[in-house]
Amino acid sequence: MTWSWQGDGTVVLVAMLAGCACALVGSFLVLRRMSLMGDAISHAVLPGLVVAFLVTHSRGIGAMLVGAVVVGILTALLTQVIARYGKVEEGAAMGVVFTILFAIGLVLIRQATDHVDLDPSCVLYGNIAHIYADAFHGTPVALKNLAIVFALNLFFVTAFYKELKVSAFDPALSSTLGINANLMHYALMILVALTAVVSFEAVGSILVIAMLIVPPVTAYLLTDRLGVLLFLSVVFAAASALLSQLAVIAFPVWFNTPVQPDTSAMMTVFAGFFLMVAIVVAPTRGLASKAWQHLALRAQIRREDILGVLYRFRENLGDAAAAMPTADLRRIFGHGLLTRYALQSLRRRRLTSTTDGNGLILTEKGLNRAERLIRSHRLWESYVAQYSDLPLDHLHEPAERVEHFIGPRLETALREEVADPQADPHGRSIPSGQPEKND
Amino acid sequence: MNLLPKQRRLPEAADQHHDPRAPISIHDMTVAYHRRPVLWDIDFAAEEGRLIGIVGPNGAGKSTLIKACLDLIPKASGSIRIYGQPYKKQRQLVGYVPQRESIDWEFPINALDVVTMGTYGKIAWCLPPRKKHRAAAYEALEKVGMAEYAHRQISRLSGGQQQRVFLARALVQDAQLYLMDEPFAGVDAATESAIIALLKDLKARGRTVLVVHHDLQTVKSYFDDVILLNMRIVASGPTATTFTEENLRTTYGGKLTLLVEAAEAIARGGKEGV
Repeated sequence: MTWSWQGDGTVVLVAMLAGCACALVGSFLVLRRMSLMGDAISHAVLPGLVVAFLVTHSRGIGAMLVGAVVVGILTALLTQVIARYGKVEEGAAMGVVFTILFAIGLVLIRQATDHVDLDPSCVLYGNIAHIYADAFHGTPVALKNLAIVFALNLFFVTAFYKELKVSAFDPALSSTLGINANLMHYALMILVALTAVVSFEAVGSILVIAMLIVPPVTAYLLTDRLGVLLFLSVVFAAASALLSQLAVIAFPVWFNTPVQPDTSAMMTVFAGFFLMVAIVVAPTRGLASKAWQHLALRAQIRREDILGVLYRFRENLGDAAAAMPTADLRRIFGHGLLTRYALQSLRRRRLTSTTDGNGLILTEKGLNRAERLIRSHRLWESYVAQYSDLPLDHLHEPAERVEHFIGPRLETALREEVADPQADPHGRSIPSGQPEKND
Repeated sequence: MNLLPKQRRLPEAADQHHDPRAPISIHDMTVAYHRRPVLWDIDFAAEEGRLIGIVGPNGAGKSTLIKACLDLIPKASGSIRIYGQPYKKQRQLVGYVPQRESIDWEFPINALDVVTMGTYGKIAWCLPPRKKHRAAAYEALEKVGMAEYAHRQISRLSGGQQQRVFLARALVQDAQLYLMDEPFAGVDAATESAIIALLKDLKARGRTVLVVHHDLQTVKSYFDDVILLNMRIVASGPTATTFTEENLRTTYGGKLTLLVEAAEAIARGGKEGV
């Protein structure tokens, strides 16, 4: 298979327009924590669509709009009625309403097939192959309709940007400012319904739901600016469309099969792939960044533990110049990568230095840091001993964990709480010195 | 679904119950959720330039009172006037600080954006906020000591800082009357004193502030007037004479069983024993 601008180009354009139209309105659904509403509406509009066909015998965008809006409003009303009188939460009520309406739509389609050309299976994954064929006989209707809907959504989101933002963020404030949050809500729902109906025919309901939610969620992970979020979600939707058609063309070659996968299914797969990548690489919220932070913390704790051991070593010997053999340190902390890295970075930070006999001593800076740690440790032990009846040998281990997390503010508070901050419960002296503002 | 048949009163007739000089006056208001009344017969008029605390136990209807004043929930009966006019005509004069928990703090927005929203009421539909609006927002952030956090995403602010952002947003609205829902909830001592300084400043500039408040210890030092609320107004007036032990006992003492029973009967839709 090779790329044909007329065929493949049109299919990509249709998929892009559908994806971007969905991503624009879907972003606000995600931000309002109403993603399920997109799912519900895009299913529930089916009977409206079919009834509109049956009445007008046409696929005109006007009839579709009316059908979609009527059923969209019906969905919202029925959901409220069922939630209140059926004594279930709103999510369950929505689930009841949209599945039943969707089923009614499927039943009606069977009746409608006598009158208009409609296929129930198209509902799920659209009829993009049809568009490919149509493209060679003038501009397909689906392309025109989707262009209109995309333009409409783009206009809505840019013109009412400020109103959408405040009514999604703080509906109560929005209403007191004279920007009716309910009005914005229903306007958004009507556009979701319209977008769903028009995209339906071309790309199917699965893709509509995916494009309403997946690109916005991906963008949400990557930015904390609303404008950037909208832009990125459109970019992800468009990229999924383009890549999916390329993959559809390449698929038979790569897997040596005559079968081509469905474009809209492939598009959803790509959108999901982008989401997975975002979950891993997202700044601060992503898995990679979390793992890195965790690793950095472990390295810091290991460094501090080594400093603590060096401090206690010279304290026990009563000799400030005593160097601890590196071999002894390795016996305590093992030969792992983490220890090796920690020892290296201690040297690099000039907290320790190596003596001739392959021993390790604390530099002045290192001593300072070690004292702070030991101070935290022993203050904590004193604090716990003061308020509990724990035996003395139970104090050390919890303090060993806590010591790494006590900052200057907590240290001052501890010192105020502990009656005699000269010695810890074991009788060892608590290093003097003031807590300093550091890292 | 109204609780009671609407009183057929002419608008002019309603106005005679309201003092046009009062920043807010509430006449005989009843509010119901799903037919169950939660506020009964509220009658109150604020005096200009006062800090007014609204105090009462959980479920007394404190937030409901504020929301009803702002037309955020419908009234079953009664009327409200802001400087003698219905709220719809006076939106610009009223600033609102919602409860901190009512907001999704993960929203992709920074502190400056949130404060700028306070100016949206003054900007025509579809127009973006301009430079002067952003400048006003920044100034308000400075006033609450939050200028350095202007570009920080709001979930990365502490509870006290978030509350200050909300207050800055109210300041930028430049209203005559402020309604605040628990601005002191869950804030640190520094923020608490910052908020109080701000309220005093608003008062000095002739603004009127109604504050839903939880901490009974501080009522006397913070507020000029107080409303003791428990489904109805138990007492209201100057703090010195109203915030008495006896009134507090009535407010918190749970002697309201009749009101609760009546409300439940209405919610059930039948008489006793049905």
